[in-house]
Amino acid sequence: MITEVATNLFWILIFPGFVFTLAVGLVASWLVRKVSALVQYRVGPPVYQPAVDVTKLMGKEILIPQDAHRAVFVVAPLVGFSGVLLLSTMLWLVGVQITFVGDIIVALYLMVLPSLALILGSSASGSPHATIGAAREMKLVLSYELPLVLAFVVVIIKTAGGLEPGEQLSLVALSQQAPVMSISGLLAFIVALLCVQAKLGFVPFDIAESETEVASGVMIEYSGALLAVWKLMQAMMLVALPLFLVVVFLGGIGISVGGLLGGIGKYLLVVVLVILIKNTNPRVRIDQAMRFFWFYCGGALVAAVILATLGNYYGLAWL
Amino acid sequence: MSETVRKSVLAVGPFHPLQEEMEFFQLTVDGETVTDINVRLSYNHRGIEKLSETLQFDQIPFLVSRICGICSASHPLAYVQAVEEIAQVEVPERALYVRTIINELERIHSHLLWVGLAGHFIGYDTVFMWAWKYREPVLDLLEEITGNRNNYGNVKVGGCREDVPDELKPKILAELDVIEQKTEMLTKAVLDDPVLHARLKGVGILKKDDAVKFAVTGPTARGSGVDIDVRHDDTYAAYGALDWKVISQPEGDVFAKAVVRLLETFESIKMVREALRKLPKGPVAAEVKEIPPGEGCGHAEAPRGETFHYVRSDGGNRPVRHKVRAPSYVNVPSFKASCIGEHIADVTLTLAAVDPCYSCTERVAVVDGRRQVVHNYASLLQLSREKTARLRKEIGAPEMKLEDL
Repeated sequence: MITEVATNLFWILIFPGFVFTLAVGLVASWLVRKVSALVQYRVGPPVYQPAVDVTKLMGKEILIPQDAHRAVFVVAPLVGFSGVLLLSTMLWLVGVQITFVGDIIVALYLMVLPSLALILGSSASGSPHATIGAAREMKLVLSYELPLVLAFVVVIIKTAGGLEPGEQLSLVALSQQAPVMSISGLLAFIVALLCVQAKLGFVPFDIAESETEVASGVMIEYSGALLAVWKLMQAMMLVALPLFLVVVFLGGIGISVGGLLGGIGKYLLVVVLVILIKNTNPRVRIDQAMRFFWFYCGGALVAAVILATLGNYYGLAWL
Repeated sequence: MSETVRKSVLAVGPFHPLQEEMEFFQLTVDGETVTDINVRLSYNHRGIEKLSETLQFDQIPFLVSRICGICSASHPLAYVQAVEEIAQVEVPERALYVRTIINELERIHSHLLWVGLAGHFIGYDTVFMWAWKYREPVLDLLEEITGNRNNYGNVKVGGCREDVPDELKPKILAELDVIEQKTEMLTKAVLDDPVLHARLKGVGILKKDDAVKFAVTGPTARGSGVDIDVRHDDTYAAYGALDWKVISQPEGDVFAKAVVRLLETFESIKMVREALRKLPKGPVAAEVKEIPPGEGCGHAEAPRGETFHYVRSDGGNRPVRHKVRAPSYVNVPSFKASCIGEHIADVTLTLAAVDPCYSCTERVAVVDGRRQVVHNYASLLQLSREKTARLRKEIGAPEMKLEDL
């Protein structure tokens, strides 16, 4: 009993949970900055820069606005942070076959948590910039959640043949297959990638934070350690969300040496795709983002669902 | 019950990541839509006009080139032309060509700077970095000719301070080829990108009659289909002898302004090439002994629009009055016409699209303590009119109304 609790704590806090994910996340956020710099003819920061930034923020004073709702303002970053922490632990454990039926649904819920926390925290700050940021974040969540769920519907249809009905909702079972190797799976992957882009708050969907419009909107009132927690949360999301795509669409990470290397390669591929999209697009307006996710992505997914169903019916795996 | 309606005001400024200068736009917003805009400037008044009265005529070009770090060829040129009008100086032809070359190089780097900044404002930092990288050689060329990357102060009354050396010509031409190629790439990227179209087209439209009403100048006017350009309409330096055309676009949106600026860059490259080819031999400055009493006006087409200088001399070695009007002074108020009813995301872009330069255009505001503005532009104007009326009465000038003029 005690050993079980200890193992669980170890999983969540050290490996592969908090410490490990954090380390990977900081390296990943360095990767984002470095690759962006290379695309933009700049030199870019050294590899320890994100860690140094966060350490510096930790030592700074926390300012809480007079009009803010203090409790919500302080708790919100921690809520978002723990959501991502649980999500990433769960995803790493998929690699060692630890899972339960329906964990994909839990993962979907945990993925919304950071955005919700961001909305809560910024609304609690009482700043007009943050209010606009929160409203934008809310609209953004409304726009990308539906396509994201639809993308998983496509995956579930694709994998229907090979799996038991209950197993379809478990991440380990899904990670054995690579639905991206078909037309419908590829469509779903592209849409899910764009949703992840929006979840990460990267250009072209950094609407809630847009620096030149609302001066980093949702985050504007956060400072010191609380801001550091947000930054850490974003760094960990940079691990969790691409990893989620790898597990669901690209066949997951294996335990063998080859599987591990392949998994790291897939993860890097997703991250680099995200960075390239970030650096080759301007920020869109919130109404354009909504239209894009609902009509264009939604349309693509409806087509993907039809293709996947037809593929299953006629036994064509490539559809 | 109170009748005041609470409106939410989004403050863009006084310190805001949108622009590096101090400016304050109070956007009254309803959700994402801007319903009213209030501009407050005068955070950085530097008293250039007053300073200018304490300097000698040939020191002032260095002062006015510091009005704006980017229009630092146009302001001295306008000033010098005003003084030359007073003194009736015959400027050597080579000096006119050198002035043209420096001014067009300035336009190239300023327009590329704007393209980069516009990219940054819509979150497209790659364009930002690339455009500024391509702009760098222009600054190097300016440094090689005048000794300074910015604030060249290359003109003086009667000519130019530094000549364009003949041995530099091949280098300038080679650099221009590179810049032209890169600008072409940038232009294609802007004109073909569907996401940029979605973001820029139909945004912040300044209609032609509004453009005329607000008397906007430069690319802001030309982007609204008003093809005014001082270089063409009241030609100065060597512009009359060169083959170029005024670029204008009828749409009036941010996209049109971007297109105008990008196409103008090509015209400028063409002009510098032609000016280098036609560069006549001879001295680069005429001797100017004295500035007689009198008054003169000079204007030049800065990258942002017409910059206007008025100088009055009483025969001494200092001007008794020097008045400056930078292009942003007329361009900034046009936000009233172009921003209301737009999205916040579009308004911030529209604010940036006129390429405003606040410190150039600053006027005094009298502020009491930390909050209250005692005198703003309107009340100062009122005071000034009252003073003029009082002086008129004192010296017995005939009654005159604005309508009589």
